[in-house]
Amino acid sequence: MKAVVWQGINRVQVETVPDPELLQPTDAIVRVTATAICGSDLHLVDGYVPSMVHGDILGHEFMGEVVEVGSEVRDVKVGDRVVVPFPISCGKCWYCHHGLTSLCDNTNPNPKLAEALWGYAGAGLYGYSHITGGYAGGQAQFARTVYADQNLYKVPEGLTDEQVLFLTDILPTGYMGAENCNIHPGDVVAVFGCGPVGLFGIMSAFVLGAGRVIAIDRFPERLDMARQLGAETLNYEEDAVFERLKEMTGGRGPDSVMDAVGLESHAGGPGGVADAVKQTTRVLESDRPHALRAAIMACRKGGTVSVPGVYGGLADKIPVGAFMNKGLTMRTGQTHVHRYLDTLTGYIERGEIDPTRIITHRLSLEEAPHAYEIFKHKHDGCIKCVLDPWADPKDHEPTKAP
Amino acid sequence: MAQTTASGSQVSPQNSSPAERLLFGGLGVGLILLSLRQKGNSGVFLGTSGALLLSGAAMGRSVGSAVTQVRRTEDDQIAVARAVTIGKPVDELYAFWRDFENLPRFMDHLESVKVQDGDGRRSHWVAKAPAGTTVEWDAEITGDEPGRRIAWRSLEGATVPNEGHVEFRPAPGDWGTEIHVSLTYRPPGGTLGAVVARLLGEDPGVQVGEDLRRLKRLLEVGQEPTTEGQPSARKGVMKAEAKMYDNRRSS
Repeated sequence: MKAVVWQGINRVQVETVPDPELLQPTDAIVRVTATAICGSDLHLVDGYVPSMVHGDILGHEFMGEVVEVGSEVRDVKVGDRVVVPFPISCGKCWYCHHGLTSLCDNTNPNPKLAEALWGYAGAGLYGYSHITGGYAGGQAQFARTVYADQNLYKVPEGLTDEQVLFLTDILPTGYMGAENCNIHPGDVVAVFGCGPVGLFGIMSAFVLGAGRVIAIDRFPERLDMARQLGAETLNYEEDAVFERLKEMTGGRGPDSVMDAVGLESHAGGPGGVADAVKQTTRVLESDRPHALRAAIMACRKGGTVSVPGVYGGLADKIPVGAFMNKGLTMRTGQTHVHRYLDTLTGYIERGEIDPTRIITHRLSLEEAPHAYEIFKHKHDGCIKCVLDPWADPKDHEPTKAP
Repeated sequence: MAQTTASGSQVSPQNSSPAERLLFGGLGVGLILLSLRQKGNSGVFLGTSGALLLSGAAMGRSVGSAVTQVRRTEDDQIAVARAVTIGKPVDELYAFWRDFENLPRFMDHLESVKVQDGDGRRSHWVAKAPAGTTVEWDAEITGDEPGRRIAWRSLEGATVPNEGHVEFRPAPGDWGTEIHVSLTYRPPGGTLGAVVARLLGEDPGVQVGEDLRRLKRLLEVGQEPTTEGQPSARKGVMKAEAKMYDNRRSS
């Protein structure tokens, strides 16, 4: 089969690899019908999340049709159309019983690395380095999925692939980011980053009762889309974000601030340069935390900082004094995708959230290297790429959505 | 600091054995002597390293043991204590463990345990040892409180004399049961032997931790997760790199 393969820092290629097989009786093989590139894939490609190995298959946003199931799979049948949550749940441990599936105790086959880095290991994740288990990803024509009964989510009839694909990660991630904002009706929520997660964070904040959402980014097409979703916007290259946020909120500051950027945030000035230099060494600092710093500073006293953005290791100069003295709450986490699936599918079915709005590019799997390139550099107005593993690139001219 | 081990002896605040102190102390003196013949930075470096080794040896705090976190008892045994919480009732876990023939199902270094008498108090253990060899010994149960605690000890003639106990404690809320395992053993070569073993990747402390994780996965999920055999575009040397990350020596 064809698969998107990590070949080293900034090297992504499509290669022919063996088809996946059932390795355990609880596995299922999925014929992938749609897959997407996530912002957090860029952290792997850029080499900031360690423990990728040449030849690893990328991708944790994928869905498809079940073509084979192991002997112990009961609830999932061949022919089912399913989305695959990116964190893997065992369904049996305390965390899974409590809806904290991204913290599953049992699905990371390689927990020692994570324990060395983070103290305790979370769930195994698809296509996301050997720290999170080393599972092959789903930017491929087929994928082995594990603990099928606990994880594969059957898609209701009548919904298209593009409507449900983002249930695998970014839609629940934006939603949990908004839920973690602890929104009271009428609250003002600021969202740093208008990539896919930030955009779903904006949609979710409104759904959860926010009165106003202020979105911060630097790319006009992303800010346009945020405005179309009802947000007010700030371009951090043109505006003094902190002062403007204060002014826009009557001097109080936003009630909640979401960092939907994570470890590769951009910033000018000496601080931003210092972070970039330190992160480049991969030793002095693994994460560039500018958005997190800005979020902590901007949040009103007693407010909530929500961090759906991915952080990997160590970050310098976090304004912990501001965090403590302002009495802030911080809520974080890889997304507990499973707990949001029914709720979000309901929003999609009723038309209250339209996930397809953020798709700007539809490409074939063969065009993945190009897709990574335009997504990473935000060329060609790229906000989100969906890849079709079975399309022939020759009769599939790269198309930009209207 | 004072902790009681399975055998009742105290964990020593000094983590290096007499042999180890002699070795590192001698090395320290050697480096200091060597530094006297060097000029400039290298002399300073050697002298400082020598002084650190010597002072460590004098205080009984060795570099090797500190780095590898080996703990020893006052009579130069190695002490290991690990715990895990498993979402199963105390009685079920006690019953599973009390049948020692179950132990090789999750203790990776054990090849087999055969219970030898009717009440299961005596047993014969076969363990994997470095370089493909095996070590065998007989053990007896020295304490058995159903639903609470099991203690055992190797009998005379064991190559690596060892004893241990496991306690089953109800965990708070709906967490299930805490399993606390304590072991002491006397490796060939004393603490120094344990440090070398640990550096070679044969550390029982790590093993016990991994064993308990396997037990949890066996009883909660019924199997270990695996990625072995999944597709990748790896060739040659990259396979070894992936193995190094995945660190599943057992398989």
